[in-house]
Amino acid sequence: MGERLLMKGNEAIGEAAILAGCRAYFCYPITPQTEVAEYLARRMPEVGGVFLQGESEVAVGYMLFGAAAGGSKVFTTSSSPGVSLLAEAMSYLAAAELPVVIGNVMRNGPGLGGILPAQADYFQATKGGGHGDYRCLVLAPASVQEAVDMMLLAFAKAEEYRVPVLLLADGMIGQMMEPVEFPVFAEPPSRYTSGHEEWATTGARGRGQHLVKTLFLNPDAAWAHNLKLKAKYDRIEANEVRYEAVDTQGEMDVLIVSFGTMARVCRTAMETLQDKGLKVGMIRPISLYPFPAQAIREAASRSRLVVSVELSMGQMVEDVDRAVQGKAPVRWYGKAGGLVPVPDDVSAAILGMVEG
Amino acid sequence: MALTVFKKPEAMSKNITHYCPGCTHGVIHRLVAEALDELGLRERTVGIAPVGCAVLAYNYFTVDFQEAAHGRAPAMATGLKRTRPDLIVFTYQGDGDLASIGTAEIIHAANRGEKITVIFVNNAIYGMTGGQLAPTTMPGQVTTTSPQGRNVAEMGYPLRVADMLATLRTPAYIARTAVHTPQMVVQAKQCIKRAFDYQARGVCFSLVEVLSTCPTNWGIAPVESTAWLEQNMAPYFPIREYKRPEEA
Ligand SMILES: Cc1ncc(C[n+]2csc(CCOP(=O)(O)OP(=O)(O)O)c2C)c(N)n1
Ligand code: SF4
Repeated sequence: MGERLLMKGNEAIGEAAILAGCRAYFCYPITPQTEVAEYLARRMPEVGGVFLQGESEVAVGYMLFGAAAGGSKVFTTSSSPGVSLLAEAMSYLAAAELPVVIGNVMRNGPGLGGILPAQADYFQATKGGGHGDYRCLVLAPASVQEAVDMMLLAFAKAEEYRVPVLLLADGMIGQMMEPVEFPVFAEPPSRYTSGHEEWATTGARGRGQHLVKTLFLNPDAAWAHNLKLKAKYDRIEANEVRYEAVDTQGEMDVLIVSFGTMARVCRTAMETLQDKGLKVGMIRPISLYPFPAQAIREAASRSRLVVSVELSMGQMVEDVDRAVQGKAPVRWYGKAGGLVPVPDDVSAAILGMVEG
Repeated sequence: MALTVFKKPEAMSKNITHYCPGCTHGVIHRLVAEALDELGLRERTVGIAPVGCAVLAYNYFTVDFQEAAHGRAPAMATGLKRTRPDLIVFTYQGDGDLASIGTAEIIHAANRGEKITVIFVNNAIYGMTGGQLAPTTMPGQVTTTSPQGRNVAEMGYPLRVADMLATLRTPAYIARTAVHTPQMVVQAKQCIKRAFDYQARGVCFSLVEVLSTCPTNWGIAPVESTAWLEQNMAPYFPIREYKRPEEA
């Protein structure tokens, strides 16, 4: 590990991309993620990388495509309305099996919404956003340090599976300052995706044509392509589930499921509830896709109540409900519009559910 | 001793094109391939295919290719060229692709001066989807979505892309040409070759608009199509070089 620095989440995310070897960043400004762009506008030229502000997130999505299909590690960040525009490209990126990393520093919606933190893009991130059968690996950090660690993981997994990886942070993670340490590598990672020589469009010198495409007019070929993608998503579901379990041993009165910033608030709320004599545990999904359904189901089978706590009007609760499979009642608590419940709001709401 | 007077360019594959009889997409493909051969660029060229009749363009070239979403080819070319500056990158786009859904991408790629080459095939109609109105459709021209003919009071006048982009200060080379006569084919070849040559020499953005036929969706025979292009499109879409880097 290197020295300990006090850094804003957005800037730390930018630095982590550079540490991962990424030397190409395309973006369009939007609050609350613009500091990533401003940071990399300075840093990329220093390390011989490409920084480009595109004309829209629509175009940025395809700048990622062009660069990734040329074998480069590539990154963008945006926030909710911008990610809706990136969604077209995300379908194409997934279909073309291109490794890219996309950061969504979520703000409140729908529509223009506002610039305050939210987690209301959960459906968009985990269920699609773009058209067709595709998935993105979705990672949700709960601290600046975790965001940095996840960025390195995101580039590694994008490369390993050749999928788009979504770092789903909320505005709080982007905007807050926390101490962070960046790992030090003996050998700096390459700016190119490993193995790209086999498929990337780098000029057909002394070899046949390389083609990166998503059109399969023949239904048998399209079916085969869908099966190939499905097999990859199955491997991701088998190997890439990540979560943190807190106090989930034994019988519980309440199992909280919460991610990102909201999970940190829940940690404090748990203490209040535990002081009142309740047995409260929490599972914090770190990967939202794949979802830690099995862990939640197993813990739910030992709990009297399961509560999904989110900065949205109730999105993840659908996955929680599906995971729990009726082993316990499932409830939702949350706030949207940029309001972040304080620990006392959460503990009071849960107490009400337990007593009600 | 046998003398070869005609052969397939190396940058072209052996595949037979899927284009309709009398369609000039194939001619334009060949001119691109000849230009790449003659400039010795084949092995470091990457093409970006559009969404449109040329979506399968990669089947007819032996260079690497990426296939774009509708209208986004210039953004993909930007991402590729910026990260692989040694490559020669070109997009090949129709008028629905470039002049309608992809207007933002083409204007900004041109205005940033991306060091790419754009081959813009203007056939005044949407070919692939079966003959709908394009931004370049001629006044009065009947299409499936302008069954009474293009009414300029409601649909405006055809968009002159080369003229519009030539108003920008950054792009280096902007030309309009055509391939409906042997003389024009020779001229078109010159323009296309120039455009690639400028890119190879690192000189900014180049675009060649090529007036092209779509006998199938114009609903007229191939020979009449060339006459229709000459009489209707050529007067409205001036065939000329608009901008050359030497003049900048
Ligand atoms: C986002 C999106 N919208 C619409 C389409 C349908 N579409 C396919 S090709 C095309 C028009 C192509 O016309 P043009 O660019 O003029 O090329 P041509 O076929 O005439 O060569 C359209 C509208 C699409 N594939 N994607
Ligand atoms: S539909 Fe028109 S543009 Fe398409 S291949 Fe046929 S003639 Fe050419």
